[in-house]
Amino acid sequence: MKRRFSRQGAGPDVALVADLVAAIGRDRVRNDSAERALLRRDASVFDDGVAGPVCFPGSTADVQAVVRTALRHGRAVVPRGAGTGLAGGAIPLGAPVVVSLTRMNRILDMDNDARVVWVEPGVVNLDLTKHLQPLGFHFAPDPSSQQVCTLGGNVANNSGGPHCLAYGITNAHIIAIEVVLPDGEVALLGGLEAEPPGYDLRGAFVGGEGTLGIATRIAARITPTAPAVRTLLMSFAEVRHAANTVSAVIAAGIVPAAMEVMDQRITQAVENYVHAGYPTDAAAVLLAEVDGLADGVDIDAQAIAQIGREQGATEVRLARDDTERMLLWTGRKTAVGAIAQIAPDYYLHDTVVPRAKLADVLAQTYEIAERHGLIVMNVFHAGDGNLHPLLLFDAREPGVVERVHVAGGEIVKASLDAGGVLSGEHGIGVEKQAYMTLLFTDDDLDHQNRLRKSFDPDCKANPGKVLPSGHSCADIQMLTAVPKGMWV
Amino acid sequence: MTAPPLAADPVLAAFAEEVGATDAVAVEGARTRWAVGGAVADGTRLVKAPTGIVRHEAEEMIVCVRAGTPVAELAATLAQRGQRCALPDHGGTVGGAIAAGENDLLVLGCGTLRASVLEVRYVSAEGRLIRGGGPTVKNVTGFDLPRIMVGALGTLGLIAEVILRTNPLPATSLWAMATDADPFAARDALLRPAAVLWDGTHTWVNLEGHAPDVTAQLALLGTVGRFAEVQGPPPLPACRWSLAPGELRHLHAQQLGGFVASVGVGLVHAERPQPSRALPPTVAALSARVKSNFDPTGRLNPGRNPGAR
Ligand SMILES: Cc1cc2nc3c(=O)[nH]c(=O)nc-3n(C[C@H](O)[C@H](O)[C@H](O)COP(=O)(O)OP(=O)(O)OC[C@H]3O[C@@H](n4cnc5c(N)ncnc54)[C@H](O)[C@@H]3O)c2cc1C
Ligand SMILES: Cc1cc2nc3c(=O)[nH]c(=O)nc-3n(C[C@H](O)[C@H](O)[C@H](O)COP(=O)(O)OP(=O)(O)OC[C@H]3O[C@@H](n4cnc5c(N)ncnc54)[C@H](O)[C@@H]3O)c2cc1C
Repeated sequence: MKRRFSRQGAGPDVALVADLVAAIGRDRVRNDSAERALLRRDASVFDDGVAGPVCFPGSTADVQAVVRTALRHGRAVVPRGAGTGLAGGAIPLGAPVVVSLTRMNRILDMDNDARVVWVEPGVVNLDLTKHLQPLGFHFAPDPSSQQVCTLGGNVANNSGGPHCLAYGITNAHIIAIEVVLPDGEVALLGGLEAEPPGYDLRGAFVGGEGTLGIATRIAARITPTAPAVRTLLMSFAEVRHAANTVSAVIAAGIVPAAMEVMDQRITQAVENYVHAGYPTDAAAVLLAEVDGLADGVDIDAQAIAQIGREQGATEVRLARDDTERMLLWTGRKTAVGAIAQIAPDYYLHDTVVPRAKLADVLAQTYEIAERHGLIVMNVFHAGDGNLHPLLLFDAREPGVVERVHVAGGEIVKASLDAGGVLSGEHGIGVEKQAYMTLLFTDDDLDHQNRLRKSFDPDCKANPGKVLPSGHSCADIQMLTAVPKGMWV
Repeated sequence: MTAPPLAADPVLAAFAEEVGATDAVAVEGARTRWAVGGAVADGTRLVKAPTGIVRHEAEEMIVCVRAGTPVAELAATLAQRGQRCALPDHGGTVGGAIAAGENDLLVLGCGTLRASVLEVRYVSAEGRLIRGGGPTVKNVTGFDLPRIMVGALGTLGLIAEVILRTNPLPATSLWAMATDADPFAARDALLRPAAVLWDGTHTWVNLEGHAPDVTAQLALLGTVGRFAEVQGPPPLPACRWSLAPGELRHLHAQQLGGFVASVGVGLVHAERPQPSRALPPTVAALSARVKSNFDPTGRLNPGRNPGAR
């Protein structure tokens, strides 16, 4: 039954909202239908969320007060950054209190000896790097969504990016986290010291997808920006040649800062969009970058070019200057934006396979998509075997969404059959819960659950995510029963 | 199910069988870090982890190795194909190194041990074989069991086998030393030193990479002090202090005795032991929940406490 509240701003959950307002102030709590509707979903294809009241805390104390208030009302909480997650991690299930960290966006102290900067979780990834640039540093994890995604989201999803090949993913760049635990206690996990004693709770928290508590302050490692960079663009007549080049470079003992591959369809889309000078007639282009000191980058760039030619590159181009280099990267990083020209909807997948299997699994993605009458484009972090098949569709076409999900499932299975894993950087969220049993036994999942329950014994932090049905905090049927007085 | 169940490997199955599900048990490695975290409780049965290198895939930058394998054997095998890993080679076993969780002296070059453990296969308190993480260099598939096993001293699970990330060996590596250099300035002058050490008087640096880069960095160091190439690092005093890198500016020789500090890292090798620090109460409570969830009866390595070091 639909029920609407006419009084502006009142909405459902009157008592809860009153307590939240008392705890953190009227201007930090929203409960109107527009706000709740807006936060029902994230950048994934899943949209079955139901948001409760939305809070915008300004401090750790605010977050703590929100968590405690929600707890008193028996409600779960879901932390939220920019909502760019692609696995549905931030989707509110069962009308939890949504904790948006976007107003906690200050860059705090920097420690030059430790090469660490403390930030609040709502700081945008690229803003941090821009802040550090004049000082000769940057934050190494650079997801393609870095213009909007937050450090809190990066930590929760253990996000990656093109330059994580040499520099490592988010977990390697976070050394301490202040967390409001699901019971409302505040704990500092990890620390600036060399080897903090005790269990590595910091390491466990990173990648916890908001189910282990809410990060309120983050000590992020800052990376000195290398003085010399060489960026190569190589074109290939077959996707396989590009994939083989990637394997051959690693086998030759070179770990470039980044190695990204784009297939012809995505290259054409990007070229139409940003005019980066990509060759649109090649079956695949490989963007390889090395950074470091002047002599070494030349040695590596020449070796990579040589390997590319041996593997059949039809063109090898070295970016002449920073402008050309930036243009090549802009193209790569706007790839997903560019495909909006081609189809109204897309589903971006994320699996990892051993590098040696890249070419085979790619071939399978084309075959799978064709069999289901879909268009697939491939743009991916080839250096670490991280595939990102993009399925394009128009959701208005009857039955197409179902086909997209079936094709996606087949791509996941093909990756696992090749010895890969379910996700390289987007996480499990609600997207891949059901696939977890393909990779792990019940005993394995039971142990993952033990870790989760150590942080959140009562399933109050972002329930219904990561672990598949049958494990505690996974079954949200009872939670999705909409609370009394709630509109839908 | 794509990967075969762990129990299908007779070596892992036999180790799980040996660990069993009832009595107090701990893994005995090479005993190089036997005293860390306190003494093992009397009457605890000691078992050995399986040994051997299962496979090294240099082009995938991974190695799968049994936990009882000596780190030295692993290092030699990786070197044959021009690679290395983050495990310190000081006479211990792979499992012991991971359970102790200490980083190598060259941590700024070879990376942290914590980040290098991609997949862990261990025997649980219930005697079951558990797999966490994945065999690829990049993986965010569920809760991160490998992270919680590193440095846990075998109190949450007994490690049978791991998959580690490997990296190419640098083309060149050299040590240089100066007696007149500010170690902090030396660190700031270099792009990616693998180590900067300081004993209060001498500063040592380890430079690695392509030969011309190493030469250029050494020349650059001339602005900081008169550095000359030396054979290797100084002998390291036995005790490890874990400090924040900024604290190295205010070291007290009377507290430490002789010391060798790792600049930019915060680790100090000293003659006297670091006073043990209590975990803050919320962290201690959370750690206790982790322990009781993984090992409800407290049978894994009783007596040892990773928080007390
Ligand atoms: C176009 C596009 C390109 C992308 N490219 C990449 C890429 O290259 N690499 C990559 O890894 N990802 C990529 N992503 C995915 C996404 O941007 C990342 O996962 C990002 O880190 C999410 O950050 P966010 O602030 O948007 O988090 P949200 O989507 O708001 O939340 C993500 C998860 O984090 C939790 N969370 C948020 N803040 C906190 C906090 N403070 N404490 C605890 N939990 C919290 C949420 O509950 C949720 O589970 C891309 C997405 C898009 C749309
Ligand atoms: C710079 C540096 C210098 C070092 N120098 C020295 C040195 O001079 N002398 C020295 O003794 N060490 C030294 N070490 C440390 C040592 O090399 C490692 O920590 C070592 O590999 C430990 O292995 P082990 O087999 O000896 O462990 P052990 O001492 O046998 O065990 C350590 C702990 O781990 C547990 N454990 C062992 N194996 C497992 C397993 N498979 N599963 C679960 N738990 C397990 C044990 O029960 C015990 O609690 C140094 C380390 C560094 C970084």
